[in-house]
Amino acid sequence: MALVQAKATEATGAADSGEILRIWDQHSHLAAIPGDTPEERMAFLVKCMDRVGVERLILSQGYSDDQHPNTSEQFRLENDRVMRAVRAFPDRAYGSVYMSPALLDFSMQELKRCVLDGPMVMIGEIEADARCNVPAMDPIAEWAVANNVIILQHEWINARGNQPGESTPFDVVELAQRHPKLQIVCAHTGGNWELGIRAIRATKNVYCGLAGSDPTSGYVEMAVRELGAERVIYGSDVGGRSFASQVAKVVGANISEAEKRLILGGNLRRLLTPVLQKKGYKV
Amino acid sequence: MIVDTNVYLSRWPFRRLASDEPEALVAKLRERNVEQAWAGSFDGLLHRDIAGVNIRLAQVCRDFGHEILVPFGSINPKLPDWQEDVRRCQEEHKMPGIRLHPNYHGYTLDDPVFAELLKLATTRQLIVQLAICMEDVRTQHPLMRVPPVDIVPLATVVKNRPGLRLELLNCTSNIDREQYESVLGAGDVYTEISMLEGVAGVARYIRTVPLSRVLFGSYYPYFDFESALLKMRESGLDETTQKAIFADNARRLVGAAGSFDRQDVQQ
Repeated sequence: MALVQAKATEATGAADSGEILRIWDQHSHLAAIPGDTPEERMAFLVKCMDRVGVERLILSQGYSDDQHPNTSEQFRLENDRVMRAVRAFPDRAYGSVYMSPALLDFSMQELKRCVLDGPMVMIGEIEADARCNVPAMDPIAEWAVANNVIILQHEWINARGNQPGESTPFDVVELAQRHPKLQIVCAHTGGNWELGIRAIRATKNVYCGLAGSDPTSGYVEMAVRELGAERVIYGSDVGGRSFASQVAKVVGANISEAEKRLILGGNLRRLLTPVLQKKGYKV
Repeated sequence: MIVDTNVYLSRWPFRRLASDEPEALVAKLRERNVEQAWAGSFDGLLHRDIAGVNIRLAQVCRDFGHEILVPFGSINPKLPDWQEDVRRCQEEHKMPGIRLHPNYHGYTLDDPVFAELLKLATTRQLIVQLAICMEDVRTQHPLMRVPPVDIVPLATVVKNRPGLRLELLNCTSNIDREQYESVLGAGDVYTEISMLEGVAGVARYIRTVPLSRVLFGSYYPYFDFESALLKMRESGLDETTQKAIFADNARRLVGAAGSFDRQDVQQ
């Protein structure tokens, strides 16, 4: 772990400050990673995490070929794959439960199996055929509030038009306003981040996720300026992306070292603290 | 030391970028151990006075470059008398190569004028850089939607132009890997890593293409410079491989072009 911290410090140019960075990646998957099993894929990820200084990641969605599974069996299989990967590397990953509001009864059971009775600590990335402002998301949001669990929600504002059922940051805001105590992270902040940041600005219980878009200059600076660093959360969206391009958004940003530390891990640890404590995990 | 084959000067049309002033850009490159950066101009995308764009590019590289910035002039073969722009790039500005943006200039790669441009560049031993895209199509301004260049015709065009030295910039993953491999197999063609994605993407990429054809490119300042740098680290490459991508392959390419002398540019 000392090696990981040293790499992170070197990568972010924070060596002069003497501070140790602890990068936690809020948004990662096992898809598009070499390996025949969840354990093999996670082992590959850990090697790469060590190289760029990522201490821990939150894993979801397994590695289905189907971007939007529509059967409970498929969701269960993907969650099982994630739990296998986490079990193999408990010091490097936590799991997050995959579900769909289109399968509400199953999803409520899966929350109990994977989070309440199981090792998972978060909900999402929810990426389904139904947008997140649908009424079926309300019981899931209520459960999340009652159990101090945060939600990671896929969304985009695609200039070519979103996919049918694909959420936007506006849908996330709608859900968050119906549940003011919910803590919910926009997985991509619109992709079109100049729009996404504005869309979520006034809704304080919505967080800006940085994952899964190109490392364009200015993204993090605008997010910090408009939302405050406390509402900005690093994630990568590996395996479709690299750790490198996504960490670079924060490392390369013209913001303070203290703000970088919040974005790269501090904010996520703060949000996860209640559920980690409840489970007896070391924070 | 690093040879960065893909940086841009001047202004991105849709937002200000950190380090879009040359002093800041050069300071950042020096801080990151870049010994040479091949620089084009964002003005080359939309400006029609391309000769003026190239004069400014050469001047900024001369005035602020600190022996780091090497200008690659823009050529738009849809403009009248574009051949004169090529001549000036080489003879007046002493540029080792030119940079093309076919999707912004309105021609496809099977357009005869593209073959004519490659022929002239080859005769003059200029390196040709071809930018496949500049921005993710999903995030483009609604009034400015520019799809990536269709590279399907490129393999045939390259095969028909022996002696051509071509580098593909901004190799978006929206184009199938097989299409890139086909172009690389057609001649003396190179790619850079700025838009390579996936975990340990560089290491996985060089299992499918010859190492000697892979160059370092950051696409700075549109992208954060650290993205390309960290991609190299994430890939866990041995020292020889790192050296090849960071600098040796680019040095060999620019040396083989036979038309570049740093002293000429600095005068």
